[in-house]
Amino acid sequence: MKYLDEYRDEKIARGIVAELTRRATRPWVLMEICGGQTHTLMRYGIDEMLPAGIELVHGPGCPVCVTSLEMIDKATEIASRPDVTLISYGDMLRVPGSHTDLLHVKARGGDVRVVYSPTEGLKFARANPGRKVVFFAVGFETTAPANAMAVWQAKREGLRNFSMLACHVLVPPAIRALLSSPRNRVQGFIGPGHVCTVMGYREYEDLVREFHLPIVVGGFEPLDLLEAILMLVTQLEERRAVVENQYVRSVTYEGNLPAQKVLAEVFEVCDRKWRGIGGIPESGLSLREEYAEFDADRIFGTEGVTADEPAECISAEVLQGLKKPTDCSAFGTRCTPENPLGAPMVSSEGACAAYYQYRRHAIAATGTH
Amino acid sequence: MPPETKLDVALNCPVPIAARESILLGHGSGGRMSGDLLRNVLLPALQNPVLERLDDQAIVDVGGSRIAFTTDSFVVKPLFFPGGDIGTLAVNGTVNDLAMGGAEPLFLSLALILEEGLPLDTLRRVMESIRVAAALAGVVVVTGDTKVVEKGSGDGLFVNTSGIGLVSSEVQLSADQARPGDRVLLSGTIGDHGITILSQREGLEFESAIASDTAALHTLVADMLRASCEIRCLRDPTRGGLSSSLNEIAARSRVGIELKEDAIPIREEVQGACEILGLDPLYVANEGKLLAIVGPTAAERILEAMHQHPLGRNARMIGTVTDSHPTMVTLRTRLGTSRIVDLLSGDQLPRIC
Amino acid sequence: MCLAIPGKVVSSEIHNGIRVGRVQFGGITRETCLDFVPEASVGDYVIVHVGFAISLVDREEAERSYELLESMGLLNGELASDLEDS
Repeated sequence: MKYLDEYRDEKIARGIVAELTRRATRPWVLMEICGGQTHTLMRYGIDEMLPAGIELVHGPGCPVCVTSLEMIDKATEIASRPDVTLISYGDMLRVPGSHTDLLHVKARGGDVRVVYSPTEGLKFARANPGRKVVFFAVGFETTAPANAMAVWQAKREGLRNFSMLACHVLVPPAIRALLSSPRNRVQGFIGPGHVCTVMGYREYEDLVREFHLPIVVGGFEPLDLLEAILMLVTQLEERRAVVENQYVRSVTYEGNLPAQKVLAEVFEVCDRKWRGIGGIPESGLSLREEYAEFDADRIFGTEGVTADEPAECISAEVLQGLKKPTDCSAFGTRCTPENPLGAPMVSSEGACAAYYQYRRHAIAATGTH
Repeated sequence: MPPETKLDVALNCPVPIAARESILLGHGSGGRMSGDLLRNVLLPALQNPVLERLDDQAIVDVGGSRIAFTTDSFVVKPLFFPGGDIGTLAVNGTVNDLAMGGAEPLFLSLALILEEGLPLDTLRRVMESIRVAAALAGVVVVTGDTKVVEKGSGDGLFVNTSGIGLVSSEVQLSADQARPGDRVLLSGTIGDHGITILSQREGLEFESAIASDTAALHTLVADMLRASCEIRCLRDPTRGGLSSSLNEIAARSRVGIELKEDAIPIREEVQGACEILGLDPLYVANEGKLLAIVGPTAAERILEAMHQHPLGRNARMIGTVTDSHPTMVTLRTRLGTSRIVDLLSGDQLPRIC
Repeated sequence: MCLAIPGKVVSSEIHNGIRVGRVQFGGITRETCLDFVPEASVGDYVIVHVGFAISLVDREEAERSYELLESMGLLNGELASDLEDS
């Protein structure tokens, strides 16, 4: 497949690693933001290829892991109603809420369906006027425009039985929150390539100016990540701190303007609670007042739903890159993909699941983390 | 691994472990949940040495003959798909389970559970498929049963087939026979069936030329057995894909298995579908493919025999059995690094992340 | 986050006021919304996330940056064989 296979070339990968080994004169701690990037790193064993001093910690770039307990509780409550069909992306089905998850709701008779695209949700709503169709709209800025289009179309068509439970999150405020923490160890970021495809990377320049550390917007294939790491290490070695774009085939400075336009029409910025991190001001998107009639939270009266997360949780420290999943005493024993205690073990992008699925034999073999 | 602390970890994490006292779809996925259900709920009631081998079929001694006996149920949705239907699967699936024991498949039973309201034409189409598949496979359906359930209790039609066949005395195939040094052979491209089914499913549809690879494998197996007596084990990787079957073999034989990513054949269409849905083809179901664990010196000879057979044209050597990391399956990626091919807990779900 | 894959635009039309097209991903084709990439034409490659094209692949940039990567691969290959020879 073009623009995919060639970015998985072994010879070039080794070439980049060789160059990286030459340039790195000291240890560096880097963070990749996106869960999709974490997945690639684990799936291709890229951490195994890197020179010893380069440490990758995994950031909160997985909307599954960071969707608040409350949101899951709202979704499971709405999905339990007999007249509702809850439509969701596959990722969300196994994430535990306070008492249950969507898969269990489905097992008890809830009509929960998985789609690849929000347009499938619209199609279902049109074909089933007797059902109340609720779209569980999670995601970062990458997914928000698609979800926005769904609501925009629903409004245009007067599709009265379609609504959205919107809980989008924004990346730059999360990075700011991480960097503001006194415990932050991260010295450089691999920026989220598909988020930036939509939003551009202007906002990341503000972060670099404020915190003086380099950010390289990276893609998702092995060569993309290796090149982004090389660019970061080069900057760090040269004591520079700017935003660079590795993912030039998709990302531009301005981003995708038509997508941003529909985002602005349908959503507005709001405060958002991130699972395991807490509340981050102006870090989420919610439906504008003009789209209130499509807001499932209002329609189903779930606005008052709250959930308490205990103050300290290792999920939080993993998501902030302060701990590795293997630092958790429950990792792989009490907490496994079958019996997840927290979201990072559930999501296939979550750091804990990635570690569990791909890496634990190396851990077991060496006895170290 | 850090030593376990005495603290109740539930206090540290935001969610309690979900109590699992009812069946979830994941229990049917062929992954870890299926295994747990088997071990914790089903087997305890049925202990006996034949069952505990947990091969695709049971081989029992009856009056001096070795009879292979197996059963399989088919619940696929949609009922009809490119390449076949529930009827084709029902015949080929059971024939293959027998063939994986090295048996010559002979007779099938056919049990139907029909939902009230199922159009008779649907049933006629399925029966015709069963007739054709059975004739192609050279088996006879000699007994059967039909039940009707109330509307709303089924997906239109469920099928169960059981089958018996004869196994000759020299053939000793089982999942506990793999030894370090053995080679892993695969008869053809992976993921064709599972991706075909997904392409028809509401909410995930896409267009492709892919069809299910459902096929009866017993004549391919016969050719392989004629070529060499050093075949340790055969498996048809259905639900749960390559991963389930290989993890089972690794666990039963207490060996490690190392696969080579570059060696695994996959059609471009299956690759494309897996990429957009975020699925790993190693976990996607197949219905006309087999895995063989064979002695190292016999591998080339067996591969040659497979290449001569219409169902083995794309056969490849995809890995080796090792004594490192026993019970674990690993993959050498195309970048030359290594990762685990773990059993999934439940069904693989499409992802956006 | 976020799974988005490059595909080739094979057709394009207006449907219900929205620009949609068939995009091909290694042998399978799927209906994709092209409203965010008005500049994309048939034959172009787009990056698609949840059925929506979010960017047009910049062929020149891709080629240029890939050449740099290839040179690293070649250089390393030469150095490796030099080391072997010496």
